[in-house]
Amino acid sequence: MNDKQIIASRIAMELKDGDLVNLGIGIPTLVANYVPEDKEIIFQSENGIIGLGADKGEDCSIVNAGGMKASICKGGAFIDSATSFTFIRGGHIDITVLGALEVDQEGSIASWIIPGKLVPGMGGAMDLVTGAKRVIIAMRHTNKGKVKILKKCRLPLTAFKQANLIVTEMCVMEVKKDGLHLLEVNPAYTIEEVMNATDAELIIDEVKPMKGIENENNA
Amino acid sequence: MHKFIDGEIFKTLLKDGMNIHVGGFLTNGSPETLIDLVVESGVKDLTIICNDGGYEGNGVGKMINHGQVKKLIASHIGTNPDVGRLMNEEKLIVELVPQGTLVERIRAYGAGLGGILTPTGLNTLVQEGKDVIQVKGKDYLLEEALGADMALIGGAIADEYGNLKYKETMRNFNPMMATAAEIVVVEPVKVVEVIDPENVITPHPFVDYILGGEQDER
Repeated sequence: MNDKQIIASRIAMELKDGDLVNLGIGIPTLVANYVPEDKEIIFQSENGIIGLGADKGEDCSIVNAGGMKASICKGGAFIDSATSFTFIRGGHIDITVLGALEVDQEGSIASWIIPGKLVPGMGGAMDLVTGAKRVIIAMRHTNKGKVKILKKCRLPLTAFKQANLIVTEMCVMEVKKDGLHLLEVNPAYTIEEVMNATDAELIIDEVKPMKGIENENNA
Repeated sequence: MHKFIDGEIFKTLLKDGMNIHVGGFLTNGSPETLIDLVVESGVKDLTIICNDGGYEGNGVGKMINHGQVKKLIASHIGTNPDVGRLMNEEKLIVELVPQGTLVERIRAYGAGLGGILTPTGLNTLVQEGKDVIQVKGKDYLLEEALGADMALIGGAIADEYGNLKYKETMRNFNPMMATAAEIVVVEPVKVVEVIDPENVITPHPFVDYILGGEQDER
């Protein structure tokens, strides 16, 4: 498994039967590949699908939120953007999985702008992290060695104190009221290596081996 | 039906400096023929409101490429490098708005509301210059309603009365934009005789014109 697969496979274990889930572009999209067959997860796509499915090569006009061809599952619905954000902002999405440029130990997220360099815009991300019941950040632990998990985000925020769980190729961390807890570490790394790659203060009680790494299901 | 017009009549409706809603999401459900006609007409100083900046030479990207757009109001612009370049050269003003806020501001205008209260954007750059209003102990940003002089609607299946439903994911911003402009022009993907009233998404009083001259004699 490569880094992206490790992250996606671990996050898939967080999804519960019947959850309505929005996956962002990039690593988050891969999470759908690791959902076990006995779980029914309904994916929402913010451009207007309840019941998003993978592209089946059919001749249609269905796209996902990245503008790529997609399909709709049986029992699904096409919706307009206002209804889509009624789901998102109104608290009807169980889990949203997104990438980030930076996250901090309070759960603040930066993902939409590097001033003077890159300005892609926030798209639906600000609404998703504000409104979803649970926010999971899926990202590489560092940006080619540069720390991304900080005491305080430096880049302009996407949202203030909204992340619940952070999953990287190195570890799983949970944002709680008292700070950022290190829950699981990939056995390929030591706790010291994780700490060296992290600027945030990690609260370390009982650390378990990171789950999902051996799971080659559907990979 | 009198609502069906051709491209030449459409061009007479266009004026410099107009604010125009353009439907579509990354060009899915985008009224490409209407956009081509705007390009042909040569109108300039437009303010374009669209979910995104389209692609280079596709969707609203075509009007941006031709230097017709003074300001773009959108939720993301990452798919069209022209937008970032023109913004850096100060030839294009870009206002970035969270997607859910953008669509709700448009919906509010169509519904006759002055604005909306949303938690999205609190404690971020989006909050700058906006009022924070507390309701039942929770903070919200006041975001103003967003109307336009014209709305260009795509992805629709129209009937001869001007009722619309939408094809698959092409619905996106189109139904809200169709309520929030002085002049609403639709480029349908298909025209049918009549849509089952239970399935109409945009009822015909919202629609002013439909591009498709061949239906004129019906």
